[in-house]
Amino acid sequence: MAETASNDGFVVFDRVQKSYDGVNLVVKDLNLSVGRGEFLTMLGPSGSGKTTCLMMLAGFETATHGDILLGGNPINNIPPHKRGIGMVFQNYALFPHMTVAENLAFPLEVRKMGKSVREEKVKRALDMVQMGEFGGRRPAQLSGGQQQRIALARALVFEPELVLMDEPLGALDKQLREHMQFEITRLAHELGITTVYVTHDQTEALTMSDNVAVFDDGRIQQLAPPADLYEKPENSFVAQFIGENNTLEGVVTEMKGDICTVQLDDGEILDATPVNVSKVGERTKVSIRPERVEFSKDRLQEGAHLLKAEVKEFIYMGDVFRTRLKVAGNDEFVIKSRNAPDQVRLEPGNQIEIGWLPEDCRALDA
Amino acid sequence: MSKLPPYATTGQRVWYYAFRVICGLIFFFLIAPIVVVIPLSFNAQDFFTFTPEMLRLDPDGYSLKHYRDFLTSPDWQQALWNSVTIAPVATLLSVGFGTLAAIGLSQPHVPFRRAIMAILISPMIVPLIISATGMFFFYARFGLQGTYIGVVLAHAALGIPFVIITVTATLVGFDRSLTRAAANMGADPVTTFFRVQMPLILPGVISGGLFAFITSFDEVVVVLFVGSAGQKTLPWQMFLGLREQISPTILAVATILVAISIVLLTTVELLRRRSERLRGLSPG
Repeated sequence: MAETASNDGFVVFDRVQKSYDGVNLVVKDLNLSVGRGEFLTMLGPSGSGKTTCLMMLAGFETATHGDILLGGNPINNIPPHKRGIGMVFQNYALFPHMTVAENLAFPLEVRKMGKSVREEKVKRALDMVQMGEFGGRRPAQLSGGQQQRIALARALVFEPELVLMDEPLGALDKQLREHMQFEITRLAHELGITTVYVTHDQTEALTMSDNVAVFDDGRIQQLAPPADLYEKPENSFVAQFIGENNTLEGVVTEMKGDICTVQLDDGEILDATPVNVSKVGERTKVSIRPERVEFSKDRLQEGAHLLKAEVKEFIYMGDVFRTRLKVAGNDEFVIKSRNAPDQVRLEPGNQIEIGWLPEDCRALDA
Repeated sequence: MSKLPPYATTGQRVWYYAFRVICGLIFFFLIAPIVVVIPLSFNAQDFFTFTPEMLRLDPDGYSLKHYRDFLTSPDWQQALWNSVTIAPVATLLSVGFGTLAAIGLSQPHVPFRRAIMAILISPMIVPLIISATGMFFFYARFGLQGTYIGVVLAHAALGIPFVIITVTATLVGFDRSLTRAAANMGADPVTTFFRVQMPLILPGVISGGLFAFITSFDEVVVVLFVGSAGQKTLPWQMFLGLREQISPTILAVATILVAISIVLLTTVELLRRRSERLRGLSPG
């Protein structure tokens, strides 16, 4: 597992397990360290345990085993209202009977701050999310995007060191979502707060985070910065889950340092970077990203391995061409090429040769 | 029901008018007996029937003497005082316990929720005479029989089911992430309850309280068993009046009670609308 860049461990999960029924573990042996000021995203399919982890951190669920530490202190026995963690809920959870300003003043009031201090902080928080004019409105009078901003401002207004976000952008349309992604990362970095963000949207995870923890089956499958996650997946779940991915199945026939040879199921042989295969004879899934596959002779780099392919389908997507091929018996093999003036548009039925560099081709667990 | 659409068939047209007639009949069935009482209470004679003068709309046939009787008779005044001191206290107890019970029973982790709920609601289902007999023997054992506190407790028990039902209904629509959000922002459970949960379930609490109040104010069977002469309430006095001297004073009291009920219902409805507006459920 990749270590994080800033490792002073502001938030630490130490061998945490969680079971709701005493039989099945929803979270199995979770170890995670989030540095101060880091933006960490928990990414995974539903039921992977990511939301449970967030709820344990917020204090709404208790860990069955293990310790959760905040700033070095265990918080297992601290009730949610004494943790001082800000949170943005999936459905925003704005108080419908209070105005926007009253919503924002709520955490300040329970902290017994004076009226003038409250008003100033509320105003500053509203200005921060460009909602200064809306203090007197009720949540029901706001659009989804505006409510989202208010929820964000409310989580930040009492200046917590840690903010949790539980799929906060799920209900917004695509354009607004992209805008808010940018807005949230900007605020998080400007204010220097530590953020733990839960989502099942991989684009969101890749564009916003310093580090992404990919969850599946109650475990972290990989913890890495977005680029590493995409380009160097450590197992076939991560390779499949993040971005588009081509998979070819076969058996390892030779291991030579940082290159291994794989015989595919239809007899074809290729070189790959061994990631989690260790010995000859092991079954493996070879993973190649669609945009790392080349088919035009003059673009193919030295040392690239060549495979025969038949074009099945050509899809024009505007900025890129997406071509579906049949390669080594797999007819779901996709390549992506940039829509450049000199780019060749393949047609169904074409017989071509494709290639890639061994380092872009990763032999993962079967 | 909106206007008939132009494409309505004959059957739909017939139903459209039949529906209105049926609704009218139901209203008549419900309201007529109450409406009849009102003019009778202004009877100048001591009868329970419309006199020929009343039917001729002769002013001499009408008088306020029964209202005067109600306001001056020490028996009625004592009964009114008893009702007024018992009902609000019983309502307060019902609302307090009923709301707490409803909130507790709406938590998914509480064991035997359904069974507990059924027991708490049983006073509404069990025939009143059975509850009354049971309470009589039970309260006698603790020396509560024939005391003010005994009657208040008995009426509170009768009112609790109404509060539980109305508050539970409001809690169904209550978003639990709101209490989580409040806790997250640093509010302890008590603050969260009074600042977040209570304002939002207030409509249910108010209507439950109203039902509890009316239950206590109208109740005659249980108070006959549990109370003594010192706790003679208005319904009890009316019951006595019916048995011993058939006096139209009862009708005057009935009219006053109807008026009070209408005022209460209107107030509560206005309050409920205000609170819904505050909750942002309807535009301001």
